[in-house]
Amino acid sequence: MKSEKPFSDDAVQIEQNCGGLSRRAILLTVGGVAALAAAPTAQSISERPPTASTGRVRLVVNGKPHELDLDPRRSLLDVLRETLDLTGTKKGCNQGACGACTVLLNDRRVVSCLTLAAMHDGAQIRTIEGLEANGELHPLQTAFVEHDGLQCGFCTPGQIMSGIGCIAEGHAGTPDEIRFWMSGNICRCGAYPGIVAAVADAAKRA
Amino acid sequence: MLPFTIEKATSIQGAIAAASSGRRFIAGGTTLIDLMREEVERPEHLVDINTLPLSDIRIEGSDLVIGALARMADVAAHPDVQRLHPLVAESLIEGASPQLRNMASIGGNLLQRARCPYFRMLDASCNKRSPGSGCAAINGLNAGHAIFGTSNHCVATHPSDIAVVLVALEATMQVRGPRGERSFPVEELFRLPGDTPHLEHTLLPGELILTVRVPGSPYSRRARYLKVRDRASYEFALVSAAAALDVGGGVIRQARLAVGGVGTRPWRLGAVEKALIGKTPDRKVFETAARLAIEGARPLSGNHYKLELLPRTIVRALEMTGEAA
Repeated sequence: MKSEKPFSDDAVQIEQNCGGLSRRAILLTVGGVAALAAAPTAQSISERPPTASTGRVRLVVNGKPHELDLDPRRSLLDVLRETLDLTGTKKGCNQGACGACTVLLNDRRVVSCLTLAAMHDGAQIRTIEGLEANGELHPLQTAFVEHDGLQCGFCTPGQIMSGIGCIAEGHAGTPDEIRFWMSGNICRCGAYPGIVAAVADAAKRA
Repeated sequence: MLPFTIEKATSIQGAIAAASSGRRFIAGGTTLIDLMREEVERPEHLVDINTLPLSDIRIEGSDLVIGALARMADVAAHPDVQRLHPLVAESLIEGASPQLRNMASIGGNLLQRARCPYFRMLDASCNKRSPGSGCAAINGLNAGHAIFGTSNHCVATHPSDIAVVLVALEATMQVRGPRGERSFPVEELFRLPGDTPHLEHTLLPGELILTVRVPGSPYSRRARYLKVRDRASYEFALVSAAAALDVGGGVIRQARLAVGGVGTRPWRLGAVEKALIGKTPDRKVFETAARLAIEGARPLSGNHYKLELLPRTIVRALEMTGEAA
């Protein structure tokens, strides 16, 4: 299926022709066409009536208030990525096992895939996009760069948000302690030595 | 995920009334949402109970009283819990990940569902998910499964760590339902699978867990939880042991021992406890007593190793207790 090959010739071609659009917008368009073509086989038919909306849900994300009308099924992760277009927060396993979707919810680190947005009316949420201040990276972001705390980068937003939580909780005293308290974030490139060094360094500077 | 409705409970009575008419409670949601996404769980109506006033953690006399909605992380980090009931804190920290511990409630932890892979696999037989369909684990991949309390219908373990500790320490729980409140030992919350493995606990329709009470005891502070698993952290137990000793005048006056990862519910080992009482707390005594642990075990094709790992885990947990004393 085309939707599984974001770097197909079509996508590249369209990107070249539409310089003004973001890569994501183009991929969404191309994926949408492919998904439409595949719809008759991919669609699962439910006997239940469509879900009623939850009514207004207010979320303050990176300091910015939003009022949303949501399907109750939508995870906080999906609302961040799909509705608010904050795609820095990653969807890895979508079952709470990898930590790629970690955000701060009322200052606590949580996996945003295993909670419903509708359960958090009035909540303050901080994502990777909200860390930069006045054009400066957050100290932990800087530490990840300095200590090579990443390779492919997919897990990095989750690692950094979790690292901020880890430091704030006071669990970044030693490398062993950091490894234990960061174990909810998986890095399949194996950048763990750099991640531990980055968290330790930022904790010292905090 | 199948469609559902969700409403916020505004009072305990309201939540109980909603649950009595077929709605399901949702607290942290870390088990339920995951299973709803897989369509293993299919509730049509949810009641969000997170704003109910059940998050308190307090000491009453020497007892620890934990609100059902207190988060695992908050209980584990509570200074009084660490000081007076370190075993509770230790077992909580050994469970899940920091993110999940920030989300998951104590009540939800006790009611979490099996981690058997076939339970999550819609095209596999599973009597727990689909009564009467059979059990794919009995002749399948069962290295992680139970050796105690199993039946020909289900061999899944109960995955909670804190439940093992609560059973060892004879904790009780307070619940409220449409017909009022009652209190009973946490151990009685868990059913054996028998021929109804889809029924996992003894709560009545509409009943809501209010609090869990851990009694203070002479060994509250001489107790350890040892969890053996495939990874150093963030993994379910292959075998775990909650051990507590009251030692006086060089001999063991009382012992408490419950184990996880081996039973279809948290498993108390009364015979091992009895064998320890009156003895000197040393390795030989621990080893002799721990051998009694595997009496009545029914290993499966893939988990014979637990017959060896269980006594060893118990011995080490008991030794750690001595170190802590």
